[in-house]
Amino acid sequence: MGTMMNSRTFGRFALALAAGAVALGGLAAPAMAQRDPAYASARAAGQVGEKMDGYLGIVGASTPALQAMVNDINIKRRAIYASKAQAANATLEEYAFTSGCLAIAKVAVGEKYQAPDGAWHTRGAEPAVLDGRCPKG
Amino acid sequence: MTDAELTGARRLATVLPMQAKRSKAGRWRKWLAPLVLMGSATLGGCISVNAPDKPIVIELNINIRQEVIYRLAEDAGKTIENNADIF
Repeated sequence: MGTMMNSRTFGRFALALAAGAVALGGLAAPAMAQRDPAYASARAAGQVGEKMDGYLGIVGASTPALQAMVNDINIKRRAIYASKAQAANATLEEYAFTSGCLAIAKVAVGEKYQAPDGAWHTRGAEPAVLDGRCPKG
Repeated sequence: MTDAELTGARRLATVLPMQAKRSKAGRWRKWLAPLVLMGSATLGGCISVNAPDKPIVIELNINIRQEVIYRLAEDAGKTIENNADIF
């Protein structure tokens, strides 16, 4: 009797756990994958661009809303860079710069990025111009 | 012994202070020649190293960074993929 009860309660517990994991995964996945619509449109419009240092920059005229959005993203990026850099035994700047290389390489056609000369470029059909220190390939 | 025979009445002890004094100078003299030789040898075989006109630190910094960047590339790529909402 006791063993029956135990196995049943365990089964229920496992079911609840599985349901919880599915719910969590379902909640977390879309939040991670998608850019905020305001961010996506600002990128597409060329109002923001990827900088060489691994952070987002405002390309043209700044508005308080745009600045707030860029600050928010950069603060989040910095927090991630800091923890990942510590785990990889590297400096924050090194990790951020590496991420910047990769983020610039992934900039879509028509979006802005900072070229090695420091100026804003619009990504054309050709690959983005990367800093000489960036990993190749 | 032979001294005593040659100088007759003179005592052997008179030589000792002179010897004692000389021995110090002699010790130095013994090292003087090799020292001078070594000095001239090092001077003659010296390789002159000129200070670079560019600051070394910056060049070194770039090399270290590039090495680290290559090491971090894979990890950073995953980080960007896992945080696609802010990249």
